[in-house]
Amino acid sequence: MDYGRGRHKSARQLPEEGPAFVYTAERRAKLEDICTRYPTEQRKSAILAAIYLAQEQQGYLTRNAMRHVAEVIGCTPADVEDVVSFYTMFYTRPVGRHVLQVCRTLSCALMGAERVTEELTKVLGIKPGETDKAGEFTLLEVECLGACDRAPVVGVNDHWHECQAPDAARALVEGLRSKGAASLTGCHLKVEK
Amino acid sequence: MEPLLTAGIRQPNSFSLDTYVKRGGYQALKKSLGMTPDAVIDAVKASGLRGRGGAGFPTGLKWQFVDKKSPKPKYICCNADESEPGTFKDHLLMERNPHLLFEGCLIGCFAIAAKITYIYIRGEFWHVQEILEAELAKARAAGYLGKNIMGTGFDCEIYVHRGAGAYEAGEETALIESLEGKRAQPRLKPPFPAVEGLYGCPTAVNNVETLCNVPLIIERGADWFAKVGPEKNGGPKLFCVSGHVKKPGTFEAPMDVSLKDLIYDDKFAGGIRGGHKLKCVIPGGSSVPVLMPNEIDIPASFDAIAKAGSLLGSAGIIVMDETTCMVWAAENLLHFYRHESCGKCTPCREGAAWLHNILGKIERGDGQMKDLDLLLSISNNILGKTLCAFGDAAATPVLSTVKLFRAEYEAHIKEGKCTVPAPWRSSGARVGAAH
Repeated sequence: MDYGRGRHKSARQLPEEGPAFVYTAERRAKLEDICTRYPTEQRKSAILAAIYLAQEQQGYLTRNAMRHVAEVIGCTPADVEDVVSFYTMFYTRPVGRHVLQVCRTLSCALMGAERVTEELTKVLGIKPGETDKAGEFTLLEVECLGACDRAPVVGVNDHWHECQAPDAARALVEGLRSKGAASLTGCHLKVEK
Repeated sequence: MEPLLTAGIRQPNSFSLDTYVKRGGYQALKKSLGMTPDAVIDAVKASGLRGRGGAGFPTGLKWQFVDKKSPKPKYICCNADESEPGTFKDHLLMERNPHLLFEGCLIGCFAIAAKITYIYIRGEFWHVQEILEAELAKARAAGYLGKNIMGTGFDCEIYVHRGAGAYEAGEETALIESLEGKRAQPRLKPPFPAVEGLYGCPTAVNNVETLCNVPLIIERGADWFAKVGPEKNGGPKLFCVSGHVKKPGTFEAPMDVSLKDLIYDDKFAGGIRGGHKLKCVIPGGSSVPVLMPNEIDIPASFDAIAKAGSLLGSAGIIVMDETTCMVWAAENLLHFYRHESCGKCTPCREGAAWLHNILGKIERGDGQMKDLDLLLSISNNILGKTLCAFGDAAATPVLSTVKLFRAEYEAHIKEGKCTVPAPWRSSGARVGAAH
């Protein structure tokens, strides 16, 4: 997440305490199934999966959620927070229903990713790192998504929207509002080029 | 040459088990299981297969180093954390031809006496992970995976392990750390993973494309493989061409294809877009030195590109035309390295951020001439002073662009602004805040 230029890391907000958190029975069962992939004494290997499941359930991670993950995995809450704060795909603040992740690294940037961000900023009225008031969109700039041949790429939640022309930003936003993920062009959705 | 790694990938359902078996899939596994594990390793060694992840280390040797006599379990970790900017070949292989990878993993496990492969896939490959999981289930149901594979008594499992967004997880020991449920930070080497890897057990970490080549070696023979392409650079190779070209994409060719053809030939990327002129090329992912237009008429092989002063790396070829400002390009890349530095080694953690700040200053027009020497000095103090190759990777774009485009840096400083502002860049000041 974005902590702003020039601010010292000590100015970071701690994750919220949040409401009480327990996995749903389904998610807990899914997690136990994933744990069987690793040697029994190496349950900690499933920590990323456990955090993903907590995030899926609550939308973002709170201290209560992290405590529960620690209990289920069998490690300390500090271990969980250590991992959560390292990886970029974990959110410790609420995000919008659609998280737009504009790839900003060289191959996408060469094809106009900066302008994609700029247009989305204009259309949504939020800066990268922010969520709109309605909780509908979060705009993020992310590093290389690994689809440089279809640049510029925008990740939308867990889909890719590829070959995004900067001036189509409004169409992307409106498409998501009306049709959701069905409006995305990700070539993988069609599999064929 | 007919495509082998990417055979049939444009056909419908190219990723399915049925299609793969119809194409003769899993025959190499069957053949391997009739050989001794040592014979499999010998074949891979004789083929000269070099790792496709970036370092180009011989795969057969890597497998041979795995301590098979150790009483501990052995593992293969398939590195599918494809995060090097400009690289997207493994993504294609897993999306369209996953069973080739599974077959390679199984043959590898048989060779080093491992029972489990973990495919560490980067978190952002959402749909690829779904494809892998679904196809693994089909392979398991068809008896290519699990207990008593193809009736030979060989047991082996392949599991997908999803990462969560960390470039550093592509470094082999950082990948292992991440797989163990920790931050993706590299370990001090030695011991190398072949001796003490995942859970302290002997482990081979191999790239997706590397493992995909293994069934081809077993099926067609090591001699055949070694003769595809130049000496010591044998076998089919995937090249990813992106940036200012007409047809960006992944192309399969032996390594005697020239770098120039990959960019200009109609069979490949089809030349520079919009009638522009080529400015420079990054031949192997963002971490390698830049090559100038007069340096690219060379074979795109590990050895030839190294001779030209760069690296084939992960074969992520990023093409930039004359509208590209090199100070901006370096700043863009250093933003990446600053953001992705795992923070374990001070020179890299602090150095990448410092370099990015200075580059940003120069790009905005606030630079001073003495900053150029400072850039070089910081970069040289990162080089070779970190646990993994990330530090070198972060310093390289700076060293290489300052050396080749010094006049452009100086013009920025003298004129107090970007001298090559392209229409495809943001109109005003940079929109994004630093992370």
